[in-house]
Amino acid sequence: MEDKEIKELEKAVEQIWDVARRFGLDPYPTNFEIVPATVMYEVGSYALPGRYSHWTFGKTYHRMKTMYDFGLSKIYEVVINTNPAYGFLLETNSPIQNKMVIAHVLGHVDFFKNNSYFSKTNRRMVESVSTHTQRIMEYEFKHGRKTVERFLDAVLAIEEHIDPYFFIKREVSVAEEKRRAALQPKEGRYDDLWLLDKAERESKEKKLVSETEDRDGPRERLPEKDLLFYLMKHSPSLVPWQRDVIAMVHEEMEYFVPQMQTKIMNEGWASIWHARIMRELDLSDNEHIEFANLHAGVVSPQKGQLNPYYLGYKIYEDIERRWNEPSKEEREKFGRVGNEGREKIFEVRELENDVSFLRNYLTEELCEELDLFVFELIEDEEWTITEKRWEKVRDQLVSNMTNFGFPYLQIEDGDYNRNRELYIKHHYEGTELDMRYGRKALEHVYALWGRPVHLETVIDEETTVLHFNGDEHGED
Amino acid sequence: MSIQRNDWSLQRKGIIDQERHKERVKEAIRKNLGSIVSNEAIILSDGKRTVKVPIKALDEYKFRFNHQKGKHVGQGDGKTRVGDVIGRESRPGGGQGSGQAGQEGGVDYYEAEVNIDELAALIFEDLQLPYLEEKAKKAVQSRKTQFNEIRRTGVIANLDKRRMILENIRRNAREGNAHFGDIKKEDLRFKTWEEVMRYESNAVVIAMIDVSGSMGEFKKYIARSFYFWMVRFLRTKYDNVDIVFISHHTEAKEVTEEQFFTQGESGGTVVSSAYQLALDIIKQRYRPSDWNIYPFHFSDGDNYYSDNEEAVRLADELIATCNLFGYGEIGEEGSSSYRRSSGALLSIFTDRLQNKDRFVGVRIDDKEDVYPALKQFFGKRGVEVPA
Repeated sequence: MEDKEIKELEKAVEQIWDVARRFGLDPYPTNFEIVPATVMYEVGSYALPGRYSHWTFGKTYHRMKTMYDFGLSKIYEVVINTNPAYGFLLETNSPIQNKMVIAHVLGHVDFFKNNSYFSKTNRRMVESVSTHTQRIMEYEFKHGRKTVERFLDAVLAIEEHIDPYFFIKREVSVAEEKRRAALQPKEGRYDDLWLLDKAERESKEKKLVSETEDRDGPRERLPEKDLLFYLMKHSPSLVPWQRDVIAMVHEEMEYFVPQMQTKIMNEGWASIWHARIMRELDLSDNEHIEFANLHAGVVSPQKGQLNPYYLGYKIYEDIERRWNEPSKEEREKFGRVGNEGREKIFEVRELENDVSFLRNYLTEELCEELDLFVFELIEDEEWTITEKRWEKVRDQLVSNMTNFGFPYLQIEDGDYNRNRELYIKHHYEGTELDMRYGRKALEHVYALWGRPVHLETVIDEETTVLHFNGDEHGED
Repeated sequence: MSIQRNDWSLQRKGIIDQERHKERVKEAIRKNLGSIVSNEAIILSDGKRTVKVPIKALDEYKFRFNHQKGKHVGQGDGKTRVGDVIGRESRPGGGQGSGQAGQEGGVDYYEAEVNIDELAALIFEDLQLPYLEEKAKKAVQSRKTQFNEIRRTGVIANLDKRRMILENIRRNAREGNAHFGDIKKEDLRFKTWEEVMRYESNAVVIAMIDVSGSMGEFKKYIARSFYFWMVRFLRTKYDNVDIVFISHHTEAKEVTEEQFFTQGESGGTVVSSAYQLALDIIKQRYRPSDWNIYPFHFSDGDNYYSDNEEAVRLADELIATCNLFGYGEIGEEGSSSYRRSSGALLSIFTDRLQNKDRFVGVRIDDKEDVYPALKQFFGKRGVEVPA
């Protein structure tokens, strides 16, 4: 890219920023980097620049890069949720592609800044991951690359199983520490004299022991949804560096979980704003056509599948319309006065996540217009449409989004059989686990726990418990 | 707000981790030799140098839903109705023969690119012709070129640069200034070689295959993939091994290699016909006093009842004349060995053969059994061979 083009792009960024602000968007300041494809795909496959090394990232990178090299797919943009935010532009993008990507990125950044599910997000995550990378490199140096890699394999197998509201736990525990500290009588100069009294001392020690036991026993505060946290804290077999690795993965997942919870909303939001911003720019006819093509590509429905960009986009549009021009019924029943569309979609982007977004705003008319349906495999052979009633479709969609699409697991007992065995329960809600994967993942859990592990789930409508004791799998 | 353009040319992380991934692939190949050995892509590779094979071990295992047992939401073109079929699941085990993979969860095997020569090297690492003996007539030879001498004259292509540099520095040092430079003719050193002929005892392998009607696609495939690797193995490791191909149903005939690997037949099975032909060929062309003889036979164990006695007798005779007799019995796809029928040849052989020391019988029910079978037939001896 020539300097002239960069100058032009700089001007465009200013302009797009102004338009976005006028529309009411409120993004963090955003820095754009123009990068070659290798870097684009690297950032894309690690999800954050500078993340630690692991073969799984290399695998993703290789796949993405190959797809790009063969012209099969292309990432136009990558955006990093930090303050200031980062947007990556592919150096081979055309000027119009770049403008659209810039507008799209600002939509994302506005969403990151203002959606409540991101309110606890660490906005200096790039710095955090680079310290993680350092530490993991040190561990690799000390304990051997293979050892660390195998351990990460096990941790990553359960990385999604964290508590999205972990921050509450952290805040509570910090507050609790403070409260305890406040309750302790201030230590005076001669307080140690009291300890000379044997009875007094013993009761105090006892109290201390029971308090720490209450807080730290493997059976306390169960059930626990946050598998990573629980294993880090209570695993009988891990050494300090391993607990540290879990803590780092946990911290990174805390950062990613809000993005997993708001995929449809976030993409829909960015798409609706890139479209509107681009319409405000002075584009030539040719540029208009190119943009229209690009935009159509982003929000086009894909046959059979669900395009999150398109679904989110349509729902925001629909909300805006319904609040701008409420029907007679809506006016009477809900007291909508009209012309509140803009305000409403800003409120929605602030308060909802994908589950509540779909539950609250996917309407019968929209389901029909989008021609949504439920499909399943019949007799192991044919993927067949089995449901078109809109409530059922909506509920299915919501159910598939719950827990960001992963099975809901909880630790039920950390001293099962009174033998320090781990008992995990899968809260079955109608869909079975992939058993081949489940057994392998259980082996990974065993690697982290170091003692027999059990997983309760449902197979063919019967409660079944899988066991793994390090040598063999069992089931009953 | 800013636009930046940094120099990213030193950015290598993705590539470095891609290497880590490759390492894992190699490791996985080593561990999965069993399933790779009998992979169609390789057996039917038609001389291609690299093939893609699926590798299981590289999945990133997680707790996840069974995709095939779940309900999903999709989007149509506006005209969909309940009951419409929008896609088909490829049948597990069908066509591509993905084994059990289809039954549980999404099939997302990692496809690794494998070089057949490298793969062969891995597979043949520990294989050899067992009980090879010195025989009177020496024909099997393995030729080796050994660079074992250094001379001052030679072909420039064989220049030994390392020694040349050393000599140069040495000479300069003698002249009082130890450094590398001013190369003169006297510094040059050349490698020369000697051709070493290693004579080994001569050997013939008699490959017999049952092509009767009961040998279905799967069974024939198994037999052929075994022989594919066997032939490859023999040709890689030994310069001069004769291979005789015999196919049989109720009668046996000697066929060319191509016919052996491609022909289909039908009809009943008379195993003794193949053994008789093998014995005849041995008598005419491969005198046991001069040759190491290795007959192998693959069949589904279904033989005419009336022929069993004769088959056992001839098998015994074969064993008496040869170094090792290998018999592979192929079961129905996926059936476990518990279900083997007692009337099948393998159990008859194990019961009735007089001379079992040089007999190796192997049961194959699954593609993954081919590699273990290769190892049992050609593995290093001294190891216990279960009959």
